[in-house]
Amino acid sequence: MLYVRQHWQLYVLFIMPAFLMTIIFRYIPMGGVLIAFEEYNPFRGILGSQWVGLAHFQRFLQSPDFMRYLTNTLKLSVFGLLWGFPAPILLAFLLNRVLSTKLKQKIQLILYMPNFISVIVLCGIVRILLSPTGLINMALGTNWNFMTMPAAFRTIYIASGIWQGAGWGSIIYTAALSNASTDLKEAAVIDGANIIQQIKAVEWPAIKDTVLIQFIMSVGNIMSVGFEKAYALQTDLNLASSEIISTYVYKVGLLDGNYGFSTAVGLFNTVINVILLISMNEIVKRMNDGKGMY
Amino acid sequence: MAKKKSEFGRLPVEDKILTAIGYVVLGVFCLAIIIPMVYIILASFIDPVTLQNQGLTFDFSKWTTTAYQRVLSNAQIWVGFKNALLYSVLFTVISLVVTLLAAYPMSRDDFKGKGFFNLLFMITMFFGGGLIPTYLLISKLHMLDSMWAVIIPPAFGVYNMIIARTYYQGIPKDLQEAAEIDGANEMVYFFRVLLPVCTPIIATIAMWNFVGMWNSYFDAMIYLNSASKQPLQLVLRSILIQSQPEPGMVADTQSTAQRAQLAELLKYATIIISSIPLLIMYPFFQRYFDSGIMAGAVKG
Repeated sequence: MLYVRQHWQLYVLFIMPAFLMTIIFRYIPMGGVLIAFEEYNPFRGILGSQWVGLAHFQRFLQSPDFMRYLTNTLKLSVFGLLWGFPAPILLAFLLNRVLSTKLKQKIQLILYMPNFISVIVLCGIVRILLSPTGLINMALGTNWNFMTMPAAFRTIYIASGIWQGAGWGSIIYTAALSNASTDLKEAAVIDGANIIQQIKAVEWPAIKDTVLIQFIMSVGNIMSVGFEKAYALQTDLNLASSEIISTYVYKVGLLDGNYGFSTAVGLFNTVINVILLISMNEIVKRMNDGKGMY
Repeated sequence: MAKKKSEFGRLPVEDKILTAIGYVVLGVFCLAIIIPMVYIILASFIDPVTLQNQGLTFDFSKWTTTAYQRVLSNAQIWVGFKNALLYSVLFTVISLVVTLLAAYPMSRDDFKGKGFFNLLFMITMFFGGGLIPTYLLISKLHMLDSMWAVIIPPAFGVYNMIIARTYYQGIPKDLQEAAEIDGANEMVYFFRVLLPVCTPIIATIAMWNFVGMWNSYFDAMIYLNSASKQPLQLVLRSILIQSQPEPGMVADTQSTAQRAQLAELLKYATIIISSIPLLIMYPFFQRYFDSGIMAGAVKG
């Protein structure tokens, strides 16, 4: 207690605002997940509403629509990871091979720019370029309406994601590459190692850990496909592939007012995500001599 | 240039080929970024009918600034800009204060309760109540249709706190010991000594807060109903995504076809106009890119 009295400022002034905000805006809603197990009635409140047990979960797990949203979500994130994850690593390797520093900086300036564009503007640009009279159709000499094609949605989503994020995502690998031992690299060059050999012996070892950490984080977030972009790229006609769990939670909850059901779907999603993250962390711990992320 | 050539010239043949392929791939990627942007800039000046029938043209008699005039003379765009600026500035300031303050005790080895707070904060990064419980809370707090609903709940960023904490830990302990000997308490040490040497990381976090708030739309969409409170992204959303320009922008068009063409053109101008503030700030942001990422790369 002496410590607390001596250092009362640390508790009362420094940590208190963050503590209160965390309790109010993060933990109180966690208590609110109780409504996933009840027929929520706004007038009777969370504790007064009728309990329905796992009825909501049963309902959506048995509904074919929900299975479609789940597969849409998984496909979007798994394919997104498959294409999107290597892209920044590739860019970092390429940037590392640009011989002139000035040129490299100019390229970086261009590559990083899309990261600052908002989701809405990005999707606005995508819609313009892909409209039946847009640039892409003009280049192809066609007049497809890509935004209404369910088959095109995933490609659009993933490609625009790479367009926007790959450059920015490469920074972390560029930084790791610049930490690669220059001695080692010079030695390799003197020994006559070509680029492929240099990458294998010097550069890949330098970024391996970073790649691994980024990979776990991405896999751990595989169920949390963002709402904002998917929603902004949805049209009535591409819903067959563009309706994902987060947009469904929003529609069924806030637009249709099925509070309990929506919360159940959201909770299911979060729990799967947490399980994925923990198991990925365990796997990495085993592979990495007991060193995990958490 | 001469130096570059010689460096390239010294490479063995297969390395020359690989390097050249690398340049080409990078070049293609850069073009893929630049071409759409240039296209939208050019297209925003072209008469809607011409644009739809012929595409881009350099026949300047077909060029017009009508889209810009219509967008800029619309009040809602300005309301959006004003709100976005207000929310982003308030959010940046509040978030910085809460996050930087909290990071300080968390950075001290002797802070009792560190483990507890750490767990408390970390859990929120992976688990949350979700959309509806949060919405119900905001509604209970009578924050619906108030800008504070968008600003306050996300203000304490755990990830930013970890970054700031890691940065504080890199500051030599001698500074703190010296301050303590001089009789400075924690408040004085924090504001007078610690913060001034942490400006790079503060600027980085501030930049991310600002850009993040400026670019987001979800919270504003669900919490703010009044048109007068809409931030820019929501105004953009109705023009760009829902193809529903503000009525005043297209009121004088005769036919629906005309209106649709004009609505298309307004999109181009809207994209350009809305991007100007960030483009102006981009060079200022630039020098914090690396420091921010490096800080983020450090394991929490």
